Amino acid sequence: MLELKEIWKTFNAGTVNEKQALRGVSLTLNDGDFCTVIGGNGAGKSTMLNAVAGTWAVDSGSISIGGTDVTHLPEHKRAAYIGRVFQDPMMGTAPSMQIIENLALAARRGQRRGLRWSITKAEKSQYQKMLQNLDLGLEDRLSSKVGLLSGGQRQALTLLMASLKKPKLLLLDEHTAALDPKTAAKVLELSDRIVAESHLTTMMVTHNMKDAIQHGNRLIMMYDGKIVIDVSGEEKKKLTVPQLLELFSKVSGSDEADDKLLLS
Amino acid sequence: MLNFIGALPGAVSQGLIWGIMAIGVYITYKILDIADLTVDGSFCTGGAVFVVLFGSGANIWLALLAALAAGMLAGLITGLLHTACGIPAILAGILTQLGLWSVNLAIMGMKANVAINVTNQSNLEKLMVSLRFVQDVAAGRRPFYRHPILVVGVFSLAIIAVLYWFFGTELGSALRATGANPNMARAQGIDTNVGKVLGLMISNGLVALSGALLSQYQSFADSSMGKGAIVIGLAAVIIGQVVFGKLFHNFALKLTAVSLGAVIYYAVIQAVVSLSDINTNYLKLISAVIVAVFLAIPYWKGRYFSKAAKKGGAVHA
Repeated sequence: MLELKEIWKTFNAGTVNEKQALRGVSLTLNDGDFCTVIGGNGAGKSTMLNAVAGTWAVDSGSISIGGTDVTHLPEHKRAAYIGRVFQDPMMGTAPSMQIIENLALAARRGQRRGLRWSITKAEKSQYQKMLQNLDLGLEDRLSSKVGLLSGGQRQALTLLMASLKKPKLLLLDEHTAALDPKTAAKVLELSDRIVAESHLTTMMVTHNMKDAIQHGNRLIMMYDGKIVIDVSGEEKKKLTVPQLLELFSKVSGSDEADDKLLLS
Repeated sequence: MLNFIGALPGAVSQGLIWGIMAIGVYITYKILDIADLTVDGSFCTGGAVFVVLFGSGANIWLALLAALAAGMLAGLITGLLHTACGIPAILAGILTQLGLWSVNLAIMGMKANVAINVTNQSNLEKLMVSLRFVQDVAAGRRPFYRHPILVVGVFSLAIIAVLYWFFGTELGSALRATGANPNMARAQGIDTNVGKVLGLMISNGLVALSGALLSQYQSFADSSMGKGAIVIGLAAVIIGQVVFGKLFHNFALKLTAVSLGAVIYYAVIQAVVSLSDINTNYLKLISAVIVAVFLAIPYWKGRYFSKAAKKGGAVHA
């Protein structure tokens, strides 16, 4: 479903701040894969997701989604294939617009937007039902401004928006990192549910090793702009945090990485 | 005082005309979150295009339409400077505005001002609004429905209706999303560059239309008629928000508030002029100070008053 071939990306090339963020990343996700991504700060996790989403152009390499080469497509065109939830709860929704308006915008992802009315009557009841399923008490607040919602509610809404128009690929970029533990757990559970229900191919960046092991069918770890660990299936199910740490120090050839990972 | 009351209908008419420009400013400043300085130039462009075309015998609606198109073209240029050339929005606006100074003079045949000959009765009859109609209606020489307040009022309502419809469509919502959160907009497949350019075009089209109406009203276009237009527009937006913000939540009403904001602004300016013997040269300074203060108030509120609230809370805890 997703194929990355030898992706390279350097920021601030030629300056003292030069940073090789991605150094030849290759990855293939199969249809329906739920892949968790872990790694320390600056390992390239979010950079990889942004490369896929098209936030900027990569220096070299190719990206294809569902067989379509998207390497040279701008961000808004790639959006036709991709649903995204960001780390910052403010980033995924338009705060000055109503809940229903946000949903209606998401429902037209990848479509031409013309001079038809932006929300149809049929949509309204459809959204109401969907929000009822989220169980956040939002079903009666369709015309509330999103700016009034809590961070957790916004992430749940963004998740719904990302999956409303079934994407070929769902990108979750530390989408629970800014939430309190209880809300984070709820949003994670919701993510699991949505991914399973719609059978979405998913990449989820997380800082939490336990979450990374518990969720999904595949786990990759990044270090220094490269994918250093890639486990899936039975092997991943049996994985424990200490094992993961050991695996990591073996690959990266450093013990101090333990702390770096745990602390980050 | 009598002086002021006598001048009020004229001030309200002018306020309504500037209100259309202010609605244009609202679209860029409030919806797109861009401070667009093109308007100081495109306002005059609209006036110049209208007066020259009308003077050469063109149909009045055609001349107004041409003014609208010229303004949209100015907005397109600012938009392309900003999106395709990567120039910050403010600077892009300033560049277009500066360029328009020459363009406007060229449109007017390299003269600083061009007049419509309203002593010619057949010319006068063709106009939609004119300063003279205010007096004519007052003297009973013309039916009340030719009063500029009524004509421009209805015209403004029609514009508000069209904008209300447009911003309710898929395309219009995409434009609002572009201004509200460009990241989200792109993630939902919206080309934010197209949104910005389109918004700037609509905005400057309205500004030019307003300029065309003003030059029609005062029966001349002047190369400096747009000077400080952005400040007047902002003043109208802010006054409208302060006075009607708590009452008006619907989008159409918010646009109406902007229009009324411009009316209040002109009424206040007229009051200052009529009731004091101030040199009118100081009006721009007064406008600038008023707008600066109103822009600063929300910031001061957030900075000083919320802190005080927190301190108070801590004491109680």
